[in-house]
Amino acid sequence: MLRLEGLKKRYKTGDEALKGVDLEIPDGQVIALIGPSGAGKSTLIRCVNRLVEPTGGKAFLGDIELTNLSSSKLRKARSRMGMIFQEYALVERLTVMENVLSGRLGYVGFWSSFFRRFPAKDVQEAYRLLDRVGLMHMADKRADELSGGQRQRVGICRALIQNPDLLLIDEPTASLDPKTSRQIMRLINELCQERGLAAIINIHDVLLAQMFSQRVVGLKLGEIVYDGKPDGLTPDVLTEIYGEEDWEATIEKVDDENELESEA
Amino acid sequence: MSVAEQTFPSSWRRPPFIKNPLLRWSIIIGAAIYLALAFGTMDVNWQRAAEGLPRGQRFVAAFFPPNFSDNLGVMWDGIFESIWMAIISTIAGIALSIPIGLGAARNLAPKWVYLLNRSIIGGSRTFPEVILAIFAVKLFGFGPFAGFIALSIGTIGFYAKLLAEDIENMSASQAEAIKATGAGWFQWINYAIQPQVMPRMIGLSVYRLDINFRESAVVGIVGGGGIGATLNTAFERYEFDTAAAILLIIIGIVMVLEYTSGFLRKYVQ
Repeated sequence: MLRLEGLKKRYKTGDEALKGVDLEIPDGQVIALIGPSGAGKSTLIRCVNRLVEPTGGKAFLGDIELTNLSSSKLRKARSRMGMIFQEYALVERLTVMENVLSGRLGYVGFWSSFFRRFPAKDVQEAYRLLDRVGLMHMADKRADELSGGQRQRVGICRALIQNPDLLLIDEPTASLDPKTSRQIMRLINELCQERGLAAIINIHDVLLAQMFSQRVVGLKLGEIVYDGKPDGLTPDVLTEIYGEEDWEATIEKVDDENELESEA
Repeated sequence: MSVAEQTFPSSWRRPPFIKNPLLRWSIIIGAAIYLALAFGTMDVNWQRAAEGLPRGQRFVAAFFPPNFSDNLGVMWDGIFESIWMAIISTIAGIALSIPIGLGAARNLAPKWVYLLNRSIIGGSRTFPEVILAIFAVKLFGFGPFAGFIALSIGTIGFYAKLLAEDIENMSASQAEAIKATGAGWFQWINYAIQPQVMPRMIGLSVYRLDINFRESAVVGIVGGGGIGATLNTAFERYEFDTAAAILLIIIGIVMVLEYTSGFLRKYVQ
């Protein structure tokens, strides 16, 4: 689905955020990207849809090379990749419905989007998605009237209505409380499975990463230092990624959580 | 030595704004000396000021009672012309400001577009409306059209600059999110930028209407038509009571606009 070949990004300040990352994500796989702040996680997913221009290497979505697309083709490619953001990034003064429908902007013309006249099947799909995340009754509310968890659900709807092949998810739970974080991660996971979507989830929380992904990639200073199963995250591996710390507590807790999850 | 035995200072001062004490004190003393010298060279002739007072009194007395009746027709013509001028120049000015403001926002436009639009804004801000009106009167002759041109250009300097600054201060993540959906440029402006800047821009356009109406009085004095021309004629014919009536009407209209803009701004937030 997504293939990165030696992807590099050097910022104008001279910081080398990505030092040649090779990564291949098959169809329908949900991977968690972990690593300390400044490791290049955000840069990596933004280089995929070119919100940040990579300075070297290649990225392929299916057989399309993303890294050399013209702007109109890039627009089309972006509409195949849904993105979910840390601070939700909803347009606060627009209604929930407009925020969800904005996911269709890559598919509809300017005037129909300007007059908010979206095709009937888009509107229907928007309602269906809002119903799926339990926010049907909020459709006409302004986005800034919603709570954090609700906003992130709307963010998820906006990404899914694009009918994407791939989700790029940047710290989806960083501004949410622990319970809402789990609910959001579970929802993302379920939706990916329902639709057979591949996803890259940037996440700080190692626990959540282990609970809700099939594969974990550890990034450190712009390089991949771990790529494997969630239960392969031993204290040694975590030390390799994040540096020296007492990791036993984190790992033990994970086991407890897994038991709780399976009981529930 | 244990931590408990360590002594800590018991007083704390905020670090000064200018770190270097020599620089700090020379700026303070220099400013004081300059002020003293400036006051010393200001040559106030108190006798002339005293003589001016009774003259001023007679002048103000001539305003009363304001005469609304004698030149009513001319007055209303002037006021309607001014209102018309203010509305049209606000609309035209804002219409021109939108593309210029978009181009003058650093986070939207490439460098050369940015510099071009910033210099247009800078140019129109250099000259106050009166100067612009003098140019316009020379170019297009006496009358409200000259005033309209002057006020429209003045509006660009004001509105485009504030629009550009508002766009530069918007939330980048909202803009990024819309871009990530594959939206085109105009869709991006419509969905990500416009909702963020709209409330402030509506408030500012009413505010600018208010400014343009007030400025139309000044612009009229140099030949730009409107209530200013009427006011000027009243002064030249020593009809101070009519002038007083005109001034009262201007004050009334400006106050109405002031309250409207305040109310509108609160409503759209």
